[in-house]
Amino acid sequence: MEFVATVGRVFLAFLSHVGRLSAFTGTAVSHIVRPPFYPRLIMRSMVEIGYYSLPVVGLTAVFTGMVLALQSYSGFSRFAAEGAVATVVVLSVTRELAPVLAGLMVAGRIGASMAAEIGTMRVTEQIDALSTLSTNPFKYLVAPRLLAGFLMVPCLVLVADIIGVFGGYIVGVYKLGFNPSSYISRTWEYLEPLDVISGLTKAAVFGFLISLMGCYHGYYSRGGAQGVGAATTNSVVSAAILILVFNYVITALFFGK
Amino acid sequence: MTDAPQPKIQLNDVHKAFGPKVVLDGIDLSVARGESVVIIGGSGTGKSVLLKCILGLLRPERGSIRIDGEEVVGLRGKSRERVLNQFGMLFQGSALFDSLKVWENVAFGLIQGRNMPRQQAKDIAIEKLAAVGLAESAGDLFPSELSGGMQKRVGLARAIASSPEIIFFDEPTTGLDPIMADVINDLIVKCTKELGATALSITHDMASARKIADRIAMLYKGRLIWVGPAKDIDHSGNEFVDQFIHGRADGPIKMELRA
Ligand SMILES: Nc1ncnc2c1ncn2[C@@H]1O[C@H](COP(=O)(O)OP(=O)(O)OP(=O)(O)O)[C@@H](O)[C@H]1O
Ligand SMILES: [Mg+2]
Repeated sequence: MEFVATVGRVFLAFLSHVGRLSAFTGTAVSHIVRPPFYPRLIMRSMVEIGYYSLPVVGLTAVFTGMVLALQSYSGFSRFAAEGAVATVVVLSVTRELAPVLAGLMVAGRIGASMAAEIGTMRVTEQIDALSTLSTNPFKYLVAPRLLAGFLMVPCLVLVADIIGVFGGYIVGVYKLGFNPSSYISRTWEYLEPLDVISGLTKAAVFGFLISLMGCYHGYYSRGGAQGVGAATTNSVVSAAILILVFNYVITALFFGK
Repeated sequence: MTDAPQPKIQLNDVHKAFGPKVVLDGIDLSVARGESVVIIGGSGTGKSVLLKCILGLLRPERGSIRIDGEEVVGLRGKSRERVLNQFGMLFQGSALFDSLKVWENVAFGLIQGRNMPRQQAKDIAIEKLAAVGLAESAGDLFPSELSGGMQKRVGLARAIASSPEIIFFDEPTTGLDPIMADVINDLIVKCTKELGATALSITHDMASARKIADRIAMLYKGRLIWVGPAKDIDHSGNEFVDQFIHGRADGPIKMELRA
């Protein structure tokens, strides 16, 4: 009996979370499309997400491409398929690794900072103050961040695609001894637009989820510095989990037969 | 209706609890247009909670709150924004936006709410900063670079910047030196007397309460145990009020201390 009660309580708590998150998402999205808009704030978030994340995302991408070339070369040479290295690199990077790894890096960087910033505003009553100054906190704080995440993470991933392939090229040509022009033509040969498009679609969804988790956990944080710390952790963990889940779902939608 | 003018703010039987802890237990209060009412009461009795309920930042479980006769409990969306537009609020902890400069804080309601051009809003902000005794140069600092009392005054300037019809001051003089406190008292009196604003203030500072209040209300154990004209505060005939205004440890109000 005790056990059933506990399960029931956990389930109810889960449902109430889902309900609150859905309401939050609905309200936030409705404010993205309704005026007034805050172009300055949207710009600021876009720069924060898109520009200042370039170094970490670039670094992640270049090493991923490099290690991928190395790994697939040593693995594929067992059945004399070394020629596929360039194709493997470009497909894995564009379809899978660039969006997921960039998403996880941005979740750590941006999701955490959004949760901390909005959480601090919550516990110091700045969010209450916003609404007494004729400003809707959803419109002012949440909508610009969601929009910026949705738009900028795909840009980051496009850059990561290029850098990742470049990393593979460096290792392929300078370490594994591929002919540069044949490596490049191999890269293009089997690449289809859908590979890149699916990756960018993932990126847009991930970007939205990262901002959503940062804003949501920040918005509902309570209880001072400790609460803000918890909100930060929760935003990163939940964004990372959602990225992995949605990665599967989107892959299945695009490529699942 | 009768010929009595409609009160600006009217509270009836407002109840608010946090879990098992009852904070407001049936508040009735009406504030006339242009009147200044001060709420006094011990720390933690729910004065700030009362203001937040009126602003709709907290939702009372029971009771009615009317602004200009319009029920505001549970109001949402556009209509809530319209009602909030006539409010200015000084938060107890100032609640300044720490990512914005001081003048941008003061001008926030004008720029975001009224779509005023930035330069014009800045001029008004600097004027309001001067009214609370802050120099123009302070306008370009960030809130974290100010002292606690200066932050309080910026919060005050922000609350009055858009000349709201109803202004709430949560402990406006706490943390200020006596002279500056009196300057702020004069400013609050000016807002209500000259600009015709309706004010609801919270204070522990009896000198300030006497100066700014038309009426004083005392909150104790979730109820307003005494409401009366400010001039009657010294002979209220209420022993709770007497103990409070004289700051005596002995009396009917027992602090929940464990010896
Ligand atoms: N968000 C909240 N959640 C739970 N309890 C709360 C919350 N806000 C206030 N309280 C409780 O309500 C009571 C009244 O708080 P309030 O801030 O209104 O006190 P106050 O009268 O303004 O005191 P002070 O003069 O010290 O500012 C306190 O006991 C506090 O613990
Ligand atoms: Mg208080």
